Amino acid sequence: MTELGWWGVPIAVLGGAVRVSTPFLFVSLGECITEKSGRINLGLEGILVMGAMSGYALSYITGSPWLGVLGAGVAGLVLGLLHGLVCNLPRVNDIAVGIGLMLFGTGLAFFLGKPYVQPKAPTLPAMSLGGWSGSPQVQAALEVNPLFLIGIGLAVSLGWAFRNTRWGLIVRTVGDSSDAARAMGYAVPRVRTLCTGVGGFLAGIGGSFLSLYYPGSWSEGLSSGQGLMAVALVIFARWKPMRCFYAALLFGGAGAVGPALQSVGITSGYYLFNAAPYVVTLGIMIATCSPRRTLAGAPGELSINR
Amino acid sequence: MTSAGREPGVVTGPALDVEVVGMTKRFGALIALDDVSLRVAAGSFHALLGENGAGKSTLVKCLIGYSPPDAGQIVVGRREREIRSPHDAHALGIGMVYQHFALVPSMTVAENLVMARDDVPAVVRWRSERERLAAFMATMPFKLDLDRLVSRLAAGEKQKVEILKQLYLRRRFMILDEPTSVLTPAEADEVLETLRSMTRQRELTVLMITHKFREVMAFADTVSVLRRGKLAGEGRAEDLTSATLAEMMVGTRQIPQARMGRASHAGGATEPRLVVRDLVVEDDAGRRAVRGLTLAVRPGEILGIAGVSGNGQRELVEALIGQRRPRRGEIRVGGQPYRATRGEIRDHRARSLPEEPLRNACVPALSVAENMALRNFDRAPLASGPWLRRGAMREQARRWIADFKVQSQGGEAPISTLSGGNVQRAVLARELSEEVSILVAANPVFGLDFAAVAEIHDRILAVRNAGAAVLLVSEDLDELLELSDRLAVIFEGRLVHETLAARADIAVIGPCMAGHHGAASAA
Repeated sequence: MTELGWWGVPIAVLGGAVRVSTPFLFVSLGECITEKSGRINLGLEGILVMGAMSGYALSYITGSPWLGVLGAGVAGLVLGLLHGLVCNLPRVNDIAVGIGLMLFGTGLAFFLGKPYVQPKAPTLPAMSLGGWSGSPQVQAALEVNPLFLIGIGLAVSLGWAFRNTRWGLIVRTVGDSSDAARAMGYAVPRVRTLCTGVGGFLAGIGGSFLSLYYPGSWSEGLSSGQGLMAVALVIFARWKPMRCFYAALLFGGAGAVGPALQSVGITSGYYLFNAAPYVVTLGIMIATCSPRRTLAGAPGELSINR
Repeated sequence: MTSAGREPGVVTGPALDVEVVGMTKRFGALIALDDVSLRVAAGSFHALLGENGAGKSTLVKCLIGYSPPDAGQIVVGRREREIRSPHDAHALGIGMVYQHFALVPSMTVAENLVMARDDVPAVVRWRSERERLAAFMATMPFKLDLDRLVSRLAAGEKQKVEILKQLYLRRRFMILDEPTSVLTPAEADEVLETLRSMTRQRELTVLMITHKFREVMAFADTVSVLRRGKLAGEGRAEDLTSATLAEMMVGTRQIPQARMGRASHAGGATEPRLVVRDLVVEDDAGRRAVRGLTLAVRPGEILGIAGVSGNGQRELVEALIGQRRPRRGEIRVGGQPYRATRGEIRDHRARSLPEEPLRNACVPALSVAENMALRNFDRAPLASGPWLRRGAMREQARRWIADFKVQSQGGEAPISTLSGGNVQRAVLARELSEEVSILVAANPVFGLDFAAVAEIHDRILAVRNAGAAVLLVSEDLDELLELSDRLAVIFEGRLVHETLAARADIAVIGPCMAGHHGAASAA
């Protein structure tokens, strides 16, 4: 027990939330862009794992973790574009392609990533924002990765862009009514492909956070469904970038409950608490879905919606 | 790039003169447009008439670049132009108001107006955009709240946004595809009058697709009539009569007469067959669209429900035909509770003609024959045990296609390949060929030409005369006055006025539709 006592739990949960939420944040912002354009990419789990692997491998090879992050993004971009292009073919269902991509991405990452399970790659540095406090717990909780701050900036600017830029308005138009978009002369398939590509880029970066910062190594069990949970998170966030951020924090916090309780000595039910994010996912899906009505704010062109 | 002349909301050059020469368009074996030439002079209000499938929509889609023609030229302002996409058309100053709204539902009116621009700035400065929009709105004859979401607007309001959008973009040649089909007569006159005064000032040329002779006579300068993909006639509206236009449209074919006279139903003596009590139905967003509605329909009568679209009609019909579960209240048929299960529908011989039949009454990818069998495919003679009898299904389709004059490439074609009027005919065949006890019809002739309208009205009256209880929900007051025995007005999910159709008074019904029923019911 430390001098903070039970206060250690919320502080540890907060610190955990900040750490664990970052991949959720990037993946969900990416999916938010994709879904706003009217497509669902369920392959984000595969892209996340592929991003984690390629980020780690590139960081190991070049010695620069930031090059790794970029490489992870590019790997995600390629897979996202693949999804986007395949879905442009007639009579192709985006959900089915997404599941295929999920299996393909994870399989490819395991195959290519075998040589990098053992070596230790340079990982991302953290910024210590807790220097003002004497408490080691507070300091640990405020070890923040730059990617987290970039993610917040991204969420804010995405929310702004959807309202105030031509690009954002086009994406919303394409996602809400492809008839309207075509009548205005926009190339619907191209916009969706690009949005899926950008979504993949962000999901890849989310993956690199896993392997290059927290937990900070590459293994096959690295991701535990964050990519899929991010899809639920976007629905929970009602396709609003800032709410994606809050939802990511909530999911991250839920994931940190188990370790936080363990840190104050509560070990019984550890695995139960670790299941918290999944319980939150299920609970949210049940709470927000209704047979009586469509989801408010859902892009009209989403295949789950039509 | 924004040049001074193309700035939205700013008056630009004069109306455009547009001519199409030898326009031809094929869809597979079907020739939708066959060597059609017509000219719309600058500053004129031109009406394009024709039956369903006559090629009107195909012609304007070629003109706007939505689906380029197989052959033919487009001459804009006396110069031949190639229009390969709507962008090309927009650049020339040609714009179109679509029959199915080309609006983005989750955006506000302001966002939709700005998005319609061909030169949306990379970063939208909402302050200056709003100032410009407000200044533009001040010059318009009708007002709309710029901050409302389009998905919350009624159909009539959406149509106004569509027209405002084109005016805001300063189109000099505007194509309108049945613009008044969702408007009240007063709204329609208001909109068309605005457009006509703009053509008079030579700011705008209008090409309007319509079915309504009244609008042609009242507003159009010139008329072209298409029949089966060919130009069947043209002329100045003042030189033509409804009769000559009708003849151009349908040829020398006999036009069936609607109305077989009102059946003498026993007023109040018979038990109502369909009873709805305190019905509450929610819409997709969970808002109460039908709020405690009560009605009763007796056998052998048509109860007409009038009202401006968006007052709960859709949800009421969906609840009655089993597409939506009511929140509260009860529906009784023949004295028994009714939830529109397949068994109940069969036992009570309940039939329906929902609006948008392709969406609400058909499976688009299934064939015409299969769609016609949706009510009875699982019973003899179409089924024996677990097996379908395809031969019997085809035979039924063949019979009904002939009876109801459904124009298709045979019963095996997907029903989605049929034109709107023929989809409705196929649905009519399915719903009305056998004995009917209850019929719920919603805008059954929406978007159909007048020959089809008369035929469908005849069939509905025949069903009524055979003793069915008919609930007819329509946005077309003339249709209701013509067919109904009793007439009720729906406003915000409740019936606010009820009268015998014979004693119906437009001066009372109109205000009720607009929500001013307090005065009417007090009187």
